Amino acid sequence: MKIAIASGKGGTGKTTVSTNLAAIAARSGETVYLVDCDVEEPNCHLFMQPSLERKSTITLTVPRILEDICTGCGDCAKVCQFHALACIQKRVVTFPDLCHGCGACTIACPENAIADGFREIGVVEEGTSNHGNFMHGRMRIGEPMSKPLIHALKERTTTNGLTILDCPPGSSCPVIEAVSGVDYVVLVAEPTPFGLSDMEIVVELLRVLDLPFGVVVNRSQGADDVISKYCAIHDIPILLRIPEARRIAEISSNGCLAIDEIDGVDALFVRLLSAIHGKIEEMTVQ
Amino acid sequence: MSEQICKAKEIVVISGKGGTGKTSLTASFAALAKDNVIADCDVDAPDLYLVSEPRLLQKEEFVAGKSAHIQTELCIGCGECSATCNFDAIHLDGPGNGGVEKTCRIDNFACEGCGACTLVCPAKAIELEDNHCGEWFISETRFGPMVHARLAVASENSGKLVTIVRRSARCLAHEREIGLLICDGPPGIGCPVIASVTGADLVVLVTEPSLSGRHDLNRILELTNHFRVPAVICINKYDINLEQTEAIERFAREHQVPVVGKIQYDPIFSHAQAMKCSVVEYSGNAASQQIRSTWRHVLYALG
Repeated sequence: MKIAIASGKGGTGKTTVSTNLAAIAARSGETVYLVDCDVEEPNCHLFMQPSLERKSTITLTVPRILEDICTGCGDCAKVCQFHALACIQKRVVTFPDLCHGCGACTIACPENAIADGFREIGVVEEGTSNHGNFMHGRMRIGEPMSKPLIHALKERTTTNGLTILDCPPGSSCPVIEAVSGVDYVVLVAEPTPFGLSDMEIVVELLRVLDLPFGVVVNRSQGADDVISKYCAIHDIPILLRIPEARRIAEISSNGCLAIDEIDGVDALFVRLLSAIHGKIEEMTVQ
Repeated sequence: MSEQICKAKEIVVISGKGGTGKTSLTASFAALAKDNVIADCDVDAPDLYLVSEPRLLQKEEFVAGKSAHIQTELCIGCGECSATCNFDAIHLDGPGNGGVEKTCRIDNFACEGCGACTLVCPAKAIELEDNHCGEWFISETRFGPMVHARLAVASENSGKLVTIVRRSARCLAHEREIGLLICDGPPGIGCPVIASVTGADLVVLVTEPSLSGRHDLNRILELTNHFRVPAVICINKYDINLEQTEAIERFAREHQVPVVGKIQYDPIFSHAQAMKCSVVEYSGNAASQQIRSTWRHVLYALG
């Protein structure tokens, strides 16, 4: 079973929910895989402190022009939709940072003058922690595209046990890559005007992608906040409310898990875990 | 109206980690600067409009990139396109068309619009079409003109949209002879962030005193160094964890990045949002004073 923890707005508590939920599930005997898909700014490892035993470099295949074969016809540059090749005075120049690795240039080249080159996107690191299996990606600084790295992470996931995917913020391509194919999405939202506006965008996205989802209201100050009202109108289940508490922010700031340090927080996450299991069972029955 | 001749100074507020208070600070800076152009570069979660109450002047379509479309009736079900696609976007599970039982179906969420499939299709059944990826707007606000955008649901090309927003903000500054441009940036370090910071005069890195905040600050500073953009640091909610705040200050000294401000944790950040205004307009309390002082230091750093 795969669940994604997402939010439109950053800093609403995705990582707090992912890490505490993974730890609670591991404690209850489930086989847990925590996958940090926020490859631009991964933070789960700070809380789980895994030993990262395996590391693989993820690359994108980009064109390498074989100069002695190239006739400078420019067909490769004509088909490239990303302006990653230019043909200037019968010489082909490549801009590897713009390349999406589609291979259209190789197909178009009549001389077979394009070989494989490689651009490093980042690394995938895997290992285990006290709270189960762990995996994350770290994007290379200066790399614009996170999608291939998130794709590499998702290729390494299994259908065994419980996989929790901590997603990047926002609602564009990296988020789509992270949530695609999961069984359930948990949206973490904070009850502020910014929180609501950003959640609405992700709700639209999940409806388009046809993925089932529920909401965790973080820093909740009661049941009548803007998020709860929106969810009531749009028939979106609220899975949990985590009360506003400066103490949770303080605990998290030191990289500790709130379930270990604050009385009652573990019970909250036990409830969240069973709510998610309940929702997925409901769907299987239907 | 070339952007090259625009002399306005440009400040970009980013954070690496999300939710550190970028938008609240940008709105406050815009209120304090009085005469400036503002740009919301967080195009997939834009929030600045919620506190600046924009009056729309102009709306433009954002067309960028392409996506592949198949004419099912021409498909011969050979699967060449599916085998060629590097994005796993074409599947031989589409409806039958009389000639073949299964045709190729294109998953437009996965399609990157490269056109490799169009090159290999023997039946010429696939064509590339323009993508309508969203809209961008020019508005009037009480702080000055504002450029903002909205990426269409499930769209790509957020970096290109950011580039359009910044370029049009610079043009506006030039036209109206406004000397300052303040941009609210997206979280992360990827393509929309790179599009937001390249060529800026100053980047304000908003961080918070936590292990996560520090980790992300380190990465975003590597990014601004990589693109050679001058940066300053602002520590929001500094009193949540004073040890982590000290660690950030040490980090800043070691990397010779000035800390331009420390702002205390204060619920007025969300109260101001609820009143549709910036923190400095909402209150004159201690946190508000700290933002004012931060802004003075930002201007000093801008030179």
